[in-house]
Amino acid sequence: MLQQNGLVMNEQQRNYVLHTVEERGVRLVRLWFTDVLGNLKSFAISPAELENALEDGMTFDGSSIDGFSRVQESDVLAIPDPNTFEVLPWGDSKAAEARVFCDIHNLDGTPFQGDPRQVLRRNLEEARSMGLTFYVAPDMEFFYFEPPVRGQAPVVLDEAGFFDLTASDVSGSLRKQTIRTLEAMGIPVEYSFHEDAPSQHEIDLRHNDVLSMADAIMTFRLVVKEVASSQGVYASFMPKPLEGVQGSGMHLHLSLFNGEENAFFSAEDDYNLSPIAKQFMAGLLRHAAEITAVTNQTVNSYKRLVPGFEAPVHISWARNNRSGLIRVPIPKKGNPLATRIEYRSPDPACNPYLAFSVILAAGMRGIREGYELPAEADANLFQMDDAQLFKLGIDQIPSSLGDALKVMEESSLVAEALGEHIFEWFLRNKRNEWRAYKAHVSSFEHDRYLRSL
Amino acid sequence: MSAQADMLAVFPESPPPDLARTLDLAGYRWKAVSGTDDVARNEPAAGWAGAVVACDVDPDGAWALCRALRKRDVPVSPLLLLVGGGQLGELALRDDLYDDFCLTPFHPIELEARLRHQLWRGGASVKPDVVEYSELALNVETYQASIEGRPLDLTYMEYELLKFLAQNPGKVFTRELLLSRVWGYEYYGGARTVDVHIRRLRAKLGEEHQNLIQTVRSVGYRFGQSRWG
Repeated sequence: MLQQNGLVMNEQQRNYVLHTVEERGVRLVRLWFTDVLGNLKSFAISPAELENALEDGMTFDGSSIDGFSRVQESDVLAIPDPNTFEVLPWGDSKAAEARVFCDIHNLDGTPFQGDPRQVLRRNLEEARSMGLTFYVAPDMEFFYFEPPVRGQAPVVLDEAGFFDLTASDVSGSLRKQTIRTLEAMGIPVEYSFHEDAPSQHEIDLRHNDVLSMADAIMTFRLVVKEVASSQGVYASFMPKPLEGVQGSGMHLHLSLFNGEENAFFSAEDDYNLSPIAKQFMAGLLRHAAEITAVTNQTVNSYKRLVPGFEAPVHISWARNNRSGLIRVPIPKKGNPLATRIEYRSPDPACNPYLAFSVILAAGMRGIREGYELPAEADANLFQMDDAQLFKLGIDQIPSSLGDALKVMEESSLVAEALGEHIFEWFLRNKRNEWRAYKAHVSSFEHDRYLRSL
Repeated sequence: MSAQADMLAVFPESPPPDLARTLDLAGYRWKAVSGTDDVARNEPAAGWAGAVVACDVDPDGAWALCRALRKRDVPVSPLLLLVGGGQLGELALRDDLYDDFCLTPFHPIELEARLRHQLWRGGASVKPDVVEYSELALNVETYQASIEGRPLDLTYMEYELLKFLAQNPGKVFTRELLLSRVWGYEYYGGARTVDVHIRRLRAKLGEEHQNLIQTVRSVGYRFGQSRWG
């Protein structure tokens, strides 16, 4: 039995996987993992290789994967997590395919620092040592478009007069099919609805432990895109694809559980929040600016975080104020198990493993050091000027990728959470993105300046 | 299992002296095992002929071992338990984990007789064990589940949970009980894990069948119809 760094390969689970492959006639097993930027990567092996892969892992050259490259040597080891083995519910049922998420290791068996899944595993250890399990439920927002044409503005379905069906029929049936596929893959859906913006949809997932949820988000993005493309539609998780309407966020409902007890709940408190919940929130608020580059990692992310579109701008919290960064929803029937906080800045284009890592690190720092939660900001902050906000001690979320990177660079919390390898690679990669963007001359400038100047 | 298998696995690692003596006197070959890992490490080429597990010293370890023995590709059988009088309650809902038991302190002749009888029974041919309930079928031998004849693709823990529930239809289980019987006590993550897996199972069972697993408010879960109604 291989037992290293929290990785326990369970013989029974391996047997189960091997049996299933045989009984279901699985022809191809896809080994999934995630690069530093949050893209799903995959390579396929034949079932005959699977036993060996489960036992010893599969070696592959990581040098072509974003964030995996190193100077010395590039071979790494992908070890499948048998817990995540699923037969894929699409494709040819006579030649079924399956997927399994992998943890990436160095050839000597130690966790590979460039693997986001390993980074999240490492960050879970502190909470785990306190007996706490971190649960997340994300609200996933996205848009359906006609297949994009390079250089042209995206065309939403609702205005496109799609085939003979009305647009709402198409997107409604897409959403239904998506949910069926998700549920067949063991990703339960809580709610789904058409969002405010044209062609925008939201699917809210049921809470799960954070590692399973990061895997589920990777699967979710693939399923949404696959189902859409099977109908000739393009699904996008771009944070702000259209000017003047809401962008796509990924609000995260967070809670910590101690066995069956919700560690965020206290019957004594007016808000039903325990001291742990308040310290966790205080940690998130104090370190929010530092972790924003990770939770909102594209140039475009910051065009969503502007006033007027239900996206947060200020680093504040409140019970029922959607302009704040953290909202404390009032649970149905005061159910203690449903007590949670909603962190509202992340967008669905982030790397979920890394985003969860820095969020957990910030919250746990607040608990460990007993941070004091600032007062609730229940006024509408969008109507205050800078002087008033300053007086209340309320900062803003970084307003651009460039600003966010500057704050992140100085953060020992983020460096620790991500580990040196990813911290440096991420900063380097994202600074390049920011530089490229800064050099870009946009149509905004042409329209505004070309004639008048 | 190969016909030549003649080695019994005995737990715990230093078995009670009267157990060791009884087995020796009856002419059985046996090897003591310290736990799950040991079972695989010390397994004879022909496999285990059966197991005698004393539960009174380290009950948790003993149940974990029984579970492991039963979950192998070829489950180890027969499995004879030794339990103290105060432990009889622990046998409830663990019928799948043993074939027979003796109360401690045991009478050597009784133990020998029960073991002999169980080994004799084990000589009969083994048929694949199928758990069925309504449209749901679980083949315990191949780990395959199906509903209305269509395969149901489950992860290992989903499968184990559904199997446990389907083997005990109509009964209400608390989360703690499901956690300890399906995951084992040592599982980290707490009873909340059970809710998450139940919800995933329901998702996979689909709309028409998700009512197979019912939530019993402020108690836990029940599979299938209540016995009372």
